[in-house]
Formats: sequence, C-alpha cells, structure tokens
Amino acid sequence: MPNIDSSLFEIGTLDQLAEQDTPLHCIDPRVKLVTTLCFLITVVSYGSHEVAALLPLFLYPLILSAVGEIPGAYLRRKLLIALPFALLVGMFNPLFDTHAMLQIGGLSISGGWISYASILLRFALTVSAALILVASTGFTAVCMACGRLGMPRVFSTQLLFLYRYIFVLTDEGQRMMRARSLRSFGSRGTGVKVYGSMLGQLLLRTMDRAQRIHRAMLCRGFDGDIRLNRRYALRAVDLGFGLGWVMFFILVRTCNLPQILGGLVMELAA
Amino acid sequence: MSHHIVEVQGLGYCYPDGTEALQDVSFRIHHGESVAVVGANGAGKSTLLLHLNGCLVPFAGHVRIGDYPLTRETLQQVRRTVGMVFQDPDDQLFLPTVYDDVAFGPLNLGLPQDEVDARVQQSLASVNCEHLRGRPPYKLSGGEKRSVAIASVLAMSPDILVFDEPTSNLDPRARRKLICLLQGFKHTKIIATHDLDMVMDTCERTIVMHQGKVFADEATLEIFNNDELLQQCHLERPLSLSR
Repeated sequence: MPNIDSSLFEIGTLDQLAEQDTPLHCIDPRVKLVTTLCFLITVVSYGSHEVAALLPLFLYPLILSAVGEIPGAYLRRKLLIALPFALLVGMFNPLFDTHAMLQIGGLSISGGWISYASILLRFALTVSAALILVASTGFTAVCMACGRLGMPRVFSTQLLFLYRYIFVLTDEGQRMMRARSLRSFGSRGTGVKVYGSMLGQLLLRTMDRAQRIHRAMLCRGFDGDIRLNRRYALRAVDLGFGLGWVMFFILVRTCNLPQILGGLVMELAA
Repeated sequence: MSHHIVEVQGLGYCYPDGTEALQDVSFRIHHGESVAVVGANGAGKSTLLLHLNGCLVPFAGHVRIGDYPLTRETLQQVRRTVGMVFQDPDDQLFLPTVYDDVAFGPLNLGLPQDEVDARVQQSLASVNCEHLRGRPPYKLSGGEKRSVAIASVLAMSPDILVFDEPTSNLDPRARRKLICLLQGFKHTKIIATHDLDMVMDTCERTIVMHQGKVFADEATLEIFNNDELLQQCHLERPLSLSR
C-alpha cells in the first residue's frame, strides 16, 4: 500500500520529467493539449469489438515517450496503479456477451473477451497519452494551455492552486497523523470518531489558510485573473507536430492498417 | 506622493465572534522611520497590521497612508504603497515558480513584460536569491521562502514595508541575514515581532501593544530599559541589553 509520502514523491518525479529539455518539451503546450485530445477522441471512437485496429495507435505513446525521454518503466508503474479501475469496468463483459466471434484452432473466443481486451487496450492508450502530456509539459503549463484555449479561468486557477497546495495540505495532514499516532496506543484512539474530528480540524485549518492566501493575493493586486509572464508563440514546428499527428490519427481511423498490412503479407506469400 | 506617513487614529476592531481585538489605537509613523510593534500573544499586533493596507475594515477610527485616507476608493493605491510580508511564507508564495510569484504583483499592476522581467530580476537580486527564480516555492528552505516572499513584495516597489514576525522559524544565520537585509532597506518599516533583539538592531522606535491598546510608544532603548513596563506586557529585557 503506497503511503502519502511516496505518492507525493511520485508527483515530484512528474515535475522533474517536465523540466527536461527535449524536442517534445519544446512544443507549445496548447498544441500538445489539442493533439492529446484528438488522440483520446480517436481512441474512444472505435467500436467496442475493435482490437487489431487499435494497435497502430500505440505508435503515438511509444514515439512520444522515446522523443521526450520519459522512462517506460515509470509509465508502466503508473499504468499498473490505475489498472484495477479498467479491470473492474470490463469485468462482466465476458459473462454477458458469450456469443462466439473468433475461432483460433479449436478455441472459440466470445465477443465479451474481445471487448474486454479492447477496453484494456484503450485504457493503456488513453492513460499513457495523458501521462506523457503532463510529463512533457508540466502541470502548470497544461493549466495555462487550458486557460488559453477557453477553459473558464475559475477552473484553471483552481487547478493551479490545487497543485500548489496539495503539498502543504498533505504536510499538514501528515503532522496531524503523526501527532495522533504518538499518543494512541494499540487500537485506542484510532477509531472513526477521531478521524472525523481530525478531518474537521483539517477543513477548518484549510479554510483559515485559504483566507490568508486570499489576503496575500489581494495585497498584491489580485483581481480574479492570474497572469503569468510566459511568452508563447506558435512556430512552424508546433503546427507541424499537431497537424502531422492529427493526420496520422485520421489515417489510422479511416483505413484499417493492420488489415491492409496483413493482406499485403498474404499476397506476397501467395 | 509627498511623504510615506502612516497615521492611525482611534482605531477599533472587533472580530465577528465578539473578541475585541483593538481599542482606540492611535499613532503616527513618519517618513523613513523604522518602528517595531511588540506585545504578548493576542495583544492585537497582527490585527493592527491587517488594517494598514485594508485587509480588515475598522469598526471605529481611520487609517491614513501618505496623502490618502484608507477607503474603498483608495484601496488599490494604498496596497501599492504598503507592501505586506506575511508571517507564513507558504501563504504568500502561491504560484508554481519563484519567478511567477515575484512577477505576480507587477503583472497585476499592468506593467509591460520587459519591465516585469527587470523588476523580478532586481528584487530577487536585492534579497540575494537570483539563483532560485525557476524553482517551485514548496521546495525551498524556510529562509529562502522568507527572502522570496520579501522579494515578491519589493517587486511592486512599495514605499512602506510591513512585516509580521519576519524572524520566526529561521535559523540563527538566516535570521542574521534577514536583519542585515532589513537594515539595508530605506523604506518606512513597521515590524511586528517577539524577537526583541532584532528590534534592538533594526528599529529606533517601539510601540508596545497590550490587550488591544497602545501601552507605550517611545524610543526602543527607553522601553527595553523599563523593566516594570516590560513585565506588565509579558515581555522580557532583550539579551543584548541584560549582559
């Protein structure tokens, strides 16, 4: 069971990865965000029994993580953490859909298993694409890009603050946990009742802090808009990156590449 | 603006829960003066400071900063003139990088980008923290956070600086550095603190608060040599004077 400490450390790793200087990191955050969205839409637009047609899409995370020098081991670990959700989502498919769709030798595979496999593939594609986006751009830049692309500023400001204060909040929570565990012996003093008042305490402290932060912001002229001094200009490379990938997604979506490839191989063999 | 004067007249404030925090507080601080506000816990120091740039609105009395009475209309102008450094730097540094945080005030003033860059550079240099500009604030040490918080206020080029407990939670060396920094500022300074030795080094005048009122307002040395007064206000003679 990972504790708060180590999971925060993991967020730190994501930050470190985002500080690298690779060709992928230099691409404009807005372009990366839009490209990722297009990728996600492409992935979810397939029918529920598609498996082979999804495979060429793996080129996207593979190429990006190679160019962006994002370690595969790190991505795999992150995928494993989220895997239980995907496993649960598709768990009952093989039970409900027992209609045989595929014959391999003497073995018949039901539609349920195929759609289960499809769900798992999509899960791997979407989650890794999102991770690569954050690891190659940084959380702040993603928030900024969201804002620039028309997300209401209340939300982008919220996200920004969430990220900044999650460390302070967990620190505070951890100190409370430590103080409790130092004065609780055995199972005494660890019940739900204590947790309840600790959570209440944490909420009150958070509200106090929020008030102090708001004051500090007002003192420096905050008027509802967070301005960051970043200069973003779209270059030809950025547009090329976005257009190139979107065209690739359209190509993959409209023609079933594995099938064509398979056909070619069969032809050559014959 | 002619003079960086802070004038408080008959100030009274009551918290929503009924605690009377300030009663009839009056003083006048002149251009370039450096004044300490000392007193026991709960004597009303922090509440007083929050009035100086309009974070709290007084129930009675008024505040004047330079040529302006503090009202809703002059609030923006006053906040630009009075730079406030809060006790907990984590409250003050809320953006992803040190640079963003120091640039926050100037950007809100509507300055052009190059000017903002220059101001950030200048204020980080004045607290010797240029090397921190790209770092996220939550990874800084306590002393670094404090310096950056001061830089974030300096970037708005205020005339009056207000500090709430600037030396709390600092190691001796960081504290000494901060004192040197404070001595270097030519601004009008108001410092609320329990660190009476720091007051000896930085402030020529001291206001003693007790139970929400101004108990004494004299030269620092006179106050710290008055043992009776110190004891009444839960204070002690600073170490540098008792040797």
